[in-house]
Amino acid sequence: MRYEAPQTVDQAISLLAGTHGNPRVLAGGTDLLVQLRAGFIDPELIVDIKQIDETTAITAEDGGFRVGAAVSGARLKEHDTLSLLWPGVVEAADLIGSTQIQGRASMGGNLCNASPAADTVPALIAAGATCALAGPGGRREVPVEEICTGPGQTILTDGEFVVSILLPARGSRSGDAYLRFIPRTEMDIAVVGVGVSLSLGADGQCSAARVAVGAVAPTALLVPAAAEALVGGVVDDAAIDAMAAAVRAVCRPIDDKRGTVAYRIEVAGVLAGRVCRIALERAGST
Amino acid sequence: MAKYHITTRINGDDVEFLCAPEQTLLDVLRDDLRLTGSKEGCASGDCGACSVTIDGRLVCSCLVLAAEVGGQEIETIEGMADGDRLHPLQQKFLDFAALQCGVCTPGFLIAAKALLDRNSNPSETEVRYWLAGNLCRCTGYDKIVRAVLDTAADMRD
Ligand SMILES: Cc1cc2nc3c(=O)[nH]c(=O)nc-3n(C[C@H](O)[C@H](O)[C@H](O)COP(=O)(O)OP(=O)(O)OC[C@H]3O[C@@H](n4cnc5c(N)ncnc54)[C@H](O)[C@@H]3O)c2cc1C
Ligand code: FES
Ligand code: FES
Repeated sequence: MRYEAPQTVDQAISLLAGTHGNPRVLAGGTDLLVQLRAGFIDPELIVDIKQIDETTAITAEDGGFRVGAAVSGARLKEHDTLSLLWPGVVEAADLIGSTQIQGRASMGGNLCNASPAADTVPALIAAGATCALAGPGGRREVPVEEICTGPGQTILTDGEFVVSILLPARGSRSGDAYLRFIPRTEMDIAVVGVGVSLSLGADGQCSAARVAVGAVAPTALLVPAAAEALVGGVVDDAAIDAMAAAVRAVCRPIDDKRGTVAYRIEVAGVLAGRVCRIALERAGST
Repeated sequence: MAKYHITTRINGDDVEFLCAPEQTLLDVLRDDLRLTGSKEGCASGDCGACSVTIDGRLVCSCLVLAAEVGGQEIETIEGMADGDRLHPLQQKFLDFAALQCGVCTPGFLIAAKALLDRNSNPSETEVRYWLAGNLCRCTGYDKIVRAVLDTAADMRD
């Protein structure tokens, strides 16, 4: 195994594209080092992307924020204006692991590790976030919901990696939230995770919404039918129940020690309702 | 096998070492630099016994490659006391019997110091959440939490 820490995106691409034997990007290493140690992976080359400006910066862009793929959860949480604009995304990142894990873990790593239960992914999908990918074929901007194709699987081609994640601008009277259900209060993997982002019009009716759910299918899912249940009306109990029913309808979970199929589907709806109410309250107060 | 020549600062001293690409910072601290205060409880980020700070940021040294730390500022438990004078947290852990076997203690001390460096007046809940990544099989946590809160109160006076 070799270790390289390139200074630019182009150098990283040359290294990744020029090495046979499954080269790996290293961001915070909180998944990668565990997998290395356990012998699950045996890469020829590790490309540390933390010396590259673009992957480690948080910059304002068109009223939103572009977050480097390797920015740690701790740094994200310390960014006050980003936390005000997208509190649901920041709280999802903050749920990852302990203080120590927060010091390293990135949203890019959380996404590219492609665990169905990754906490930031439903929040990013609900936020309408997109990723800047760079590879030997050039650059492309892809919605977060298109990155993962199955557990541990992504659309990234050989030599391609995630450079940054764009959290877009949003109007006033908007709010987002993320909650996960875990059997403990800390340090556990989501049984279900739900992200909701919504905006209210001047008339108080819901003008836009995005709902995403994690840990109940091979990848996190955007649920357009759940958003449709909210948009165009007042977000009352009936609308929230219809939204929750739409979330339950797309769940295809597995049975495991953390929960049965029926239990996960039930909890997904309950959680969706709670998350929606938090997003609504935030939208009303901005 | 390729060796990497790393220049870094540990507890305020310039340090150089050679490491293999798969060695973790914890491996190098313990096996090569003989700084054995940081412990390996799990090697998977779950227990916090290997806690150190890198450029002021609390991390698990078992999840950091040694090759990554060039040019950075590392603090380990060995740098906490000032010669023979214990840091107030260390003294309070003794006074409150906040340790038994002691394997978790360096990690708790480093993590607690990182908290008090940021927040001189944490609530009990804040202390418990901040330390959630540090596991202790002996004390039941309560004495550790009391020791941290009491140190914070002393240091504020
Ligand atoms: C104790 C502990 C608790 C945890 N708790 C949680 C939790 O509660 N919720 C949760 O979701 N996760 C949790 N995790 C998993 C992990 O911390 C997160 O998935 C984290 O966000 C990974 O980020 P990283 O920067 O450390 O990624 P890395 O480990 O550096 O990378 C992860 C994977 O993605 C690839 N990769 C990284 N960055 C890129 C990029 N920019 N482009 C392409 N590929 C890339 C790597 O090659 C690797 O395969 C936990 C892990 C530990 C050890
Ligand atoms: S040894 Fe590093 S967290 Fe347990
Ligand atoms: S004192 Fe023994 S593990 Fe904490």
